[in-house]
Order: sequence, then structure tokens, then C-alpha cells
Amino acid sequence: MTDLLFPLTIFVLAILVGFEVISKVPATLHTPLMSGANSIHGIVLVGGMLIAAEARDPLGYVLAFLAMSFGAMNVVGGYVVTDRMLQMFRKKTAAPKAGGKS
Amino acid sequence: MDLQTVVYLAQIAGAVCFVLGLHLMNSPATARNGNLLSAGGMVVAASATLLSLAVRTGGVGTIGWVIIVVGFLVGGGLGLYTARNVQMTEMPQLVSLFNAMGGGAAALVAIEDFVRITGAGGAPVSTTVFVVLDVVIGAVTFSGSLVASGKLMGLISGRPIIFPGSRLLTIVLAVVTIAGTALLVLGAGGAVTLDGTVSLVVLGVILVAALVFGVTMVLPIGGADMPVVISLLNAFTGTAVAMAGFVLDNPVLIISGALVGASGGILTKLMADAMNRSILNIMIGGFGGGESAVAGAAGGPGGSVRSIGADDVAIQLAYASSVIVVPGYGLAVAQAQHAVRELAELLEEKGVDVEYAIHPVAGRMPGHMNVLLAEANVPYPQLKEMDEINPEFDRCDVALVIGANDVTNPAARRPGNPVSGMPILNVDHAKSIVVIKRSMGRGYAGIDNELYVNPKTGMLFADAKEGLAQLIAAVKAL
Repeated sequence: MTDLLFPLTIFVLAILVGFEVISKVPATLHTPLMSGANSIHGIVLVGGMLIAAEARDPLGYVLAFLAMSFGAMNVVGGYVVTDRMLQMFRKKTAAPKAGGKS
Repeated sequence: MDLQTVVYLAQIAGAVCFVLGLHLMNSPATARNGNLLSAGGMVVAASATLLSLAVRTGGVGTIGWVIIVVGFLVGGGLGLYTARNVQMTEMPQLVSLFNAMGGGAAALVAIEDFVRITGAGGAPVSTTVFVVLDVVIGAVTFSGSLVASGKLMGLISGRPIIFPGSRLLTIVLAVVTIAGTALLVLGAGGAVTLDGTVSLVVLGVILVAALVFGVTMVLPIGGADMPVVISLLNAFTGTAVAMAGFVLDNPVLIISGALVGASGGILTKLMADAMNRSILNIMIGGFGGGESAVAGAAGGPGGSVRSIGADDVAIQLAYASSVIVVPGYGLAVAQAQHAVRELAELLEEKGVDVEYAIHPVAGRMPGHMNVLLAEANVPYPQLKEMDEINPEFDRCDVALVIGANDVTNPAARRPGNPVSGMPILNVDHAKSIVVIKRSMGRGYAGIDNELYVNPKTGMLFADAKEGLAQLIAAVKAL
């Protein structure tokens, strides 16, 4: 049981950090944020690597292969699409906005 | 310091990058760097893991390497291709699809681990608990996200699908899952003797039950509630990944999973609040009581609708000093983001102050409308959140509502109807209101919008893109 306490502590603290960091993000960025968070859980890719290294039979190979490709799709696609969204957020367009305020 | 320590530290560094990356997403100015930092963290954590596997005693077999490299190339290639080619309006279904992949991967990791440990003499209680949690949450997310994605793509009807006995099926699935979990845990604890094959069969049954549960959970949920569902499923995946971290005893998985779980949870809550629904209410299904409540409570439109032509609207807009555009999903469906930006620029040239009022649930996922407008080159300082823009409607000359419905309905301020209490944009406070809409059709809440019969309101009956094209032509002609 005691060897569970350490991971459990990390888990709880990370949840609190998550709450704290996210609650400040403006609604404007919620879609990229969700997409960005979505890419972060692609870290499961690391899990895929670990099991791929351990797998010793055909079933294990298939499971590990699927886990690797799912995880990679999540990570690569997630970061690329988030970046695509964020690069569109610009402060000013080329068109001048001078005199717009009344 | 041995290599494993270095690898461990590298993984912690990766986790730090994720937190800082999320933190930088606080502002549109730094958000892109935040995402890059987060991606950098991912590269560091993944490379460190690869390195540790390569140099450990025994290393990784050839097949292992093939799986890692080919798996990465196949999945990464598919991800890259779809991410590059997706339309911004299709973003919710893509996020949902990637989410399904993450959930599926987390479940697969746990299954493989369990199969291997069971073959080697059985898993301890704690591992078993986390394996089952991971498999259940991961599988529910996988099938649920695929259904959500299918609904958003239009492959599956976006309407709530409720079939006879669906409630009973859900209960049966829950019972099967809980009983299976109890059996495995007791078996691992030694209270019941389970042979390896039986354990695997039980885990298989749990897996199937969870997959079916994911489908039956999302099917009854209507299109308008999808933002909440996607967000919730995102939180689920985070949790599943954290569980995978417990199974593999890997801290970076635990930290990242918990981060995403918490952030997804908060977003879900924010979205549900913005739609005036409880999360439970949404999950139980349908737009609760929409149809039945209409007849009694809506009161029916009390006045007549005033139709207005594009030329009149153009004059109103061009001679206004301030205009607030209220875009809704109808605008995105009609792909009219660029047209609205063009109109806004024309008006700005004429000295009109133009701003956009973005309701939190405009679009099909939280913040979706902002992305669509950003794609059309609308500068983000003009995109105003609900709380910020609401007081400004009192001072604004014309509110131009394009493809938005329920979020502008003043009936929400009164109790006793399906939108009661939903936070709305105070469009009715504007001096004059123009609504571009195809017909008098109802929104998702299924009630008439009192805004349309307001004496200050003129209705321009047209598809969003077509109506804007008429307006642009008319403003240019002035």
C-alpha cells in the first residue's frame, strides 16, 4: 500500500495544478486549450513504448502496435492542429483600424 | 547519477513544460508559444523514454523496435495529415477523434500489461484496480468519442437517439462492469481463486461492456450539448491516462493525465453553466422536456415580425457609430466568417466601431466561434466575451445577429421555460436589432425567440452567407 502513496500524492497535486492553471484561461481560447490539453494526454505514447518493449507474444504485439499508433495520432495531430488554430489569432489584421473608436 | 535518474528527471521536465504550456495559454499573445513548449516537453519525455529502453539491460527486441517505429509513423502520419487538412468548422469532431485515440491507447496499454502480468502469475490488487479503471474509462472514452465525432460529422444523427430499453441496458452494463471488477479484485486478493484464462475473459467482458456503455452514453445526447460532452470525454481520457500511469508506475503519465483530467473537468463545468444545464442533466439525455415545456410556458410570440430589406439594413449599419455582431453556429454552417469580416471592415472604413459578442456556447465546442473568426482574420481584441460585452449593448446602435438564436432569447430572464436562467447576450438592449436568419425556425431549445417580435427588430430573411453578401453589396453602393 505504501508504494501507492507516492503516485497518489503526485496525482492529487497534479489535479490541483490543473484546476489552478485552467481556471484563468479566457473563453476566447477554450477550443485551442481543449485541443492542447488533448495533445498532452497523448503522453500515453510513452506507455505505448513501454509496453511495446515488454510485449512477447502476437497478442501483445498487436495491442502495443495499436497503442503506439493511437497515441502517436493523438500527439502529432493534436499539437499540429492546436498550432494551426493558435497561429490564426492575431492582434491586428493588415487593414488599418484607425479611427474605428468613436 | 545513473541514466535512469536522468531519464526520470527528463520526464519531470516534460511534465513541467506541460504545466507552463497550459499556463501560457492564458493569453492569445503567448498561447502559440505555450503550445510549442508543451510539444517540446512531449519530445523530451518521449525521447528520454526511448533512450532508457535502448540502453537498459536486455534492451528492446527487434519486434519491439519495429512496433514503436512503425506504430509511430502510421499514427503520426495519419494525425499529421488530418490535422493539416481539417476545416476549422470540423474542429470539434477532430478533437473528439484524437481524444478517442488517446482513450483507446490508454485502455490498450492497461490490457497488454494485464495480459502479460496474468501470464506471469497474476497481478497484485493495486495493479488490478488501476487496470480495470483504465480499461473502463479508456474504453468508454474511445467508443463515446467516436460516436460524438460521428454525430458531429453527420455520420450519425445529431438528434438525441433513445431506443426502447436503453436505460435498462445502461443499468445492466454498469452491473456487469462492477461485478467483473469486484471479481478481478477479489481474485487478485486471493479471496476467490481465478485462473489466468478466466481473469482475461472477465477483463474482456468488462471491456465490451465499457465500449457498449460509451455508445449508449453519447447516443441520447443532442447536437447542442456536444460541447459539454466533448469536454467531458477529454477529461475522461486524461483520467484514463493517469490510471495507465499507475499501472505502469510512471509519474509523467500520472501528472499529465491528472492535469488534463482536471482541466477537462473545469471546462465541462464552465460549458454546462453557460448552457444552464447540469452535467448530470445532459448525461441523462435529450434536451430535457424541451417539447413538453414549450406549449405551457413560452407564452407564444406576442407581436408581429417585421421583415426588412438589405438596403435598409445597410443604411442603418453604415450610419451607426457602433455595431455589435452576434455570430452563432448558423454563421459557421454557412461558412460566412469571411463575409462577416469583410462587412465589418467596410463598416470600419466608414468609421463605425465594430465588435463581436461571443456567447460561450457559440459554435460546437467551447470557444469554437473565436477560432472560426480568427481564421477569417478578425483581430482577437474585437472578440468580446459575454460578460464584457453585455453592458455595451445599451450603448450600441445596431446589434447584428447572424445565425444565433437561443442565446439571444430574452425569455431566458423569466422563469418557467426551457431557456430560463441561461446566460444570454443582452441583444434586446441595443437601440436597433437586425437578425439575419433563414426562417422563423426554432433553435435547439425548441421555443420561439421573443427577440424576433421585438418592435426594434428587423428580420432579414436569408442564409447567413447570402444575406451578408447582399449587405456588403448594399454598403458598397452607399
